[in-house]
Amino acid sequence: MQDLGSPAAGSDRTLEELLTAVGRERDRSAFASLFGHFAPRLKAYLRRQGCDEGAAEELVQEVMLLVWRRAETYDPAQASAGTWVFTIARNKRIDALRREQRPEIDPADPTLVPAPAEGADDGVAARETAGRLRAALKTLPPEQADLLRLAYFEDKPHSLISAEQGIPLGTVKSRLRLAMERLRKAMRDSR
Amino acid sequence: MTVPTHHPGDTLLIDYAGGALDEASSLIVATHLALCPCCRLNVAEMEAVGGALLESIEPEEVDPACLQTVLARLDELPPLPRAPKPKPVCRQTEVPLLPEPLRRYVGNDLSRLPWKRLMRGMDCCDIPLGSGSEGRGKARLMRLASGVGPPHHTHRGIELTLVLDGGFTDDLGQFARGDLSVADESVRHRPVADAEGCLCLAVTDAPLRFTGPLGLILNPFVSF
Repeated sequence: MQDLGSPAAGSDRTLEELLTAVGRERDRSAFASLFGHFAPRLKAYLRRQGCDEGAAEELVQEVMLLVWRRAETYDPAQASAGTWVFTIARNKRIDALRREQRPEIDPADPTLVPAPAEGADDGVAARETAGRLRAALKTLPPEQADLLRLAYFEDKPHSLISAEQGIPLGTVKSRLRLAMERLRKAMRDSR
Repeated sequence: MTVPTHHPGDTLLIDYAGGALDEASSLIVATHLALCPCCRLNVAEMEAVGGALLESIEPEEVDPACLQTVLARLDELPPLPRAPKPKPVCRQTEVPLLPEPLRRYVGNDLSRLPWKRLMRGMDCCDIPLGSGSEGRGKARLMRLASGVGPPHHTHRGIELTLVLDGGFTDDLGQFARGDLSVADESVRHRPVADAEGCLCLAVTDAPLRFTGPLGLILNPFVSF
């Protein structure tokens, strides 16, 4: 079966394996490989959030330090390495650039309403899903892919995107919905 | 256990997953997620989309000194613990009414909150948010007695309402625990609390505009 995991340049291990090695063994060379892969992407992400060169590089360091400190909590069955790093970077920039908290659910909260059958995924699912997802992203019509990038990269809710781009709100919503439908189908394909 | 039937919808969930929502709106969406396994799955998938977008972004070269700086700082702080903290406050048999993350903002003892009376049968309590949230969305708890509803109003921005206990009914249907109502400029609605009354979390990103005669009186007081 084709390995759709996320290969890291200069390493024969996948990003997920590298992240797991950091979590379990505090593996510094694995961390350096992760840094080599993610730091330039995180920098580009933070630049699009409005950071200048220096501020972006400083925040990249903060995010990568969080990756090191939180690696023990990474579960490859739940998320690909890229998804996990994305959520850390997202929360860090809300904290650093907006000085706001990011309210999130607590999975251990007794009030949480459980899913009927949660946790059906096996260990490779998240990684393979990430591969199918990246492939599906490339097939999106440009107007949908552009809006998706604005939504994820520029700290703007869809109502503001509509106002700034001069695209009617209904059009923004339907494009985002169509994009998500297609991506969701790719993710759920072989479940 | 019942699951909600009124949901935030894809675009609001994308805003939440991408981190574009302000703190007030994030709070109400995340509290809905605690009560709605179906939207939790959606958000997990939308975060995967964020991961895929991060992978596909055009990388920007990072000063090689950065890696050395980070490597030198790795031992500064201990790893964060795997398990969050155990929660000795509530035994498993006592399930708190308010889910996280709302509970950490207001606690679980509603009687100790500084309620303000807006009109007969309608009380509210503002929820303090982070300092960065000034001038953005506002969050408050609303408590309505049976059959009570705010006067007719329209919205300049979006009003989000999440039912925490009891329920209400408006033009769009019946809303019970976990249901989230999304009202924008196009909606001129009049929600009315059901027989058992209604406790809800309400978030607005712009002041409400009451349209009836009573609105003239209430508008200055409801400083949303």
